[in-house]
Amino acid sequence: MVNERSGRAALAELVTSRSVLVCVGSGGVGKTSMAAALALEAARRGRRTIVVTIDPARRLADALGLERLGGEPLPITELIAASSGLRSGSSPTGSLHALMLDAKATFDDLVTRHATDRAQAERILANRFYHSISTTLSGTQEYMAAEKLGELHTSGRFDLIVVDTPPTRQALDFLDAPGQLARFLDHPAYRLMTGSGSAVSRVAGAAGKRLLRAAARLVGSVALDDAVEFFRAFEGLEAGFLTRALAVRDLLVSAQTGFVVVTSARPEPIAEAGYFLDRLAAQDIPVDAIVANRMTPRFTRLTAAELRRIAAAQDAGGDQVLRTGLAELIELTAAAEAEERALAPLHTGRAIPFQQGPFQQGPFQQVPFQQVPFQQVPLLDHDVHDLGGLEQLRQSAFDD
Amino acid sequence: MDPSAFFTGTAVHLVAGKGGVGRTTLTAALGIAAARVGLEVLLVEIEGRGGLAAGFGHRALGYEETVLAERIRGRSLRAEDCLVEYLGGHGLGLLTRPMVDSGLVEVITRGTPGIKDILLLGKIRQLEQARCADVILVDTPASGHALSFLRSPQGLLDAIDNGPVNDQAVAALHLLQDAARCQVLLVTTPEETPVSETIETAYRLEDEIGLHLGPVLVNGVLARTPHRDTDTGHSNPDDPDPDDPDAEGRWVRELGIDRDLAHAVQQAAVFGRRRRDAQRRQVLRLTEQLPLPRLEVAHRPDGIDDLGALAEELLGGLRAW
Repeated sequence: MVNERSGRAALAELVTSRSVLVCVGSGGVGKTSMAAALALEAARRGRRTIVVTIDPARRLADALGLERLGGEPLPITELIAASSGLRSGSSPTGSLHALMLDAKATFDDLVTRHATDRAQAERILANRFYHSISTTLSGTQEYMAAEKLGELHTSGRFDLIVVDTPPTRQALDFLDAPGQLARFLDHPAYRLMTGSGSAVSRVAGAAGKRLLRAAARLVGSVALDDAVEFFRAFEGLEAGFLTRALAVRDLLVSAQTGFVVVTSARPEPIAEAGYFLDRLAAQDIPVDAIVANRMTPRFTRLTAAELRRIAAAQDAGGDQVLRTGLAELIELTAAAEAEERALAPLHTGRAIPFQQGPFQQGPFQQVPFQQVPFQQVPLLDHDVHDLGGLEQLRQSAFDD
Repeated sequence: MDPSAFFTGTAVHLVAGKGGVGRTTLTAALGIAAARVGLEVLLVEIEGRGGLAAGFGHRALGYEETVLAERIRGRSLRAEDCLVEYLGGHGLGLLTRPMVDSGLVEVITRGTPGIKDILLLGKIRQLEQARCADVILVDTPASGHALSFLRSPQGLLDAIDNGPVNDQAVAALHLLQDAARCQVLLVTTPEETPVSETIETAYRLEDEIGLHLGPVLVNGVLARTPHRDTDTGHSNPDDPDPDDPDAEGRWVRELGIDRDLAHAVQQAAVFGRRRRDAQRRQVLRLTEQLPLPRLEVAHRPDGIDDLGALAEELLGGLRAW
């Protein structure tokens, strides 16, 4: 069995001791709200905290009841006030900020700051190929999140940065951002386009030109010219990008960073949680806590089957409210039982019946989940979309 | 409405929705529903994770068609496969390999991201043109991605002003904007965030792309309790109040109910009522802010998705519509 008793303590330890917390999980499990709740707890404990979402859907804004979060940290003092009754012994220095990543603005900012001169920056910013990769290239979001994380960390403004990730499998791509960037900038095609590189690539020039002509036929010559122009303009900037990406990667794998896998107790999100656990294990990154969110609360120790027998024995003409309530209790208990069955693979570390993706052959061999602290957080009786809801979620996760 | 008319009204149905709302499950259930009224169905997964096939007891779908059930076939489209097929069909067959090997294709498709989407949409269009099935149901990427996915033809027209990719983008846009050929079915759950996202996505799909929107599928709707006016999201004041503090004691005293059980029933009643009220408020908000017909799909308390039962429910909803 995973150690349930240690779940609460583990989360408390994470928000008080780490510099970075990364929340991963599939869509619809309440990951964004959970990230905000973790940040809120850290702030209550006196830490200067920021929660960062790289999710393009404005979920964090939703969770915080805010209309719009900008690309710059936004203080949420209200939230601390709403989360009244600071713990005894906690210092009043705690603060909470929220930030929604604007990948394009972050990229523009980086180019402007690191270009050798203004002319280079302007050439890059005006390039259409650059415009595409900075707005829509898959991976740019993750990569810029890594850049932003590094920037926030080195700024020294925050004791803890809680990172909410998009609900896709690409969420962990930012762990690999340096590798991806290196592959992109060190690509044979890149050298082909910029005309730089070894003598060997120059010998292959004729064949290369034929390829470029074919590519031009495919996407049009203008697009290809834009790409070539972008790579030429970008020359000299790669080294800095790589250095920073590597620094962020070091931060992420260091003991300063904690990883929290968030799931709900349904087969598909649990299978996705399995994917993230495997992916992290493959990179030798320990998972610090698993949070099973939105668990249907248990109101009785009786089973659904026992409750059905009791309901059947009740006088049908009896109390209307009792009958409705009993039906409700049966439904909720059955749901809770189904969730426990769904969570069983996380407890035993055995294969998950919902087979999909790369772990079809039998997942979970690498991770000894039994040692991962596990915290169940009950489904609230309303959706978390305002400060009050967030405070309630925080209480369910942290308070006894 | 006649379900058959609904399904054949457009050839392509793009099913879209936020992650976790049951989009893939409902795509499969819609496929079964269409097959049950005698239509030939093709289920299409976009760079998927195998979830669509799992519902039919199959492993992951491939680029080639797989028979999933009677009258239901499925296939998974990946941009790379579409590209290789596309290059071959445009007199670039011989150069395909060296272009792929040199990484040129990768850099270009990564650097001009709309290309991937165009290749996928181009393939969907080709399937539609070939009339490969009566109904083509596409499980599109999660809504944030769906928007950029469906917006890509327009973006690409700006970036690439000639060549076959430009032609593809024009053709894809024509498909997306033709209400007789293509519609979007948005899937949501009656919860705050998915409803907000659905409303926003709906308007943007219509305004920015000119897509035709079909009914919204509202998944996971809790059954109505018979004694309450749940349509308005407020309890009927004439009904017995589950918050009645006396109820618990009365059950113990008068009906001999176990004290712990009575307390649990009371708690469950209050909890259930609040969830239902919250849901009805969200459905109400959806109805008010998004004037589209909706199909409600009941919550499955045991967490098991019986696709056949879901299909019947959808058919019932369509007939009653």
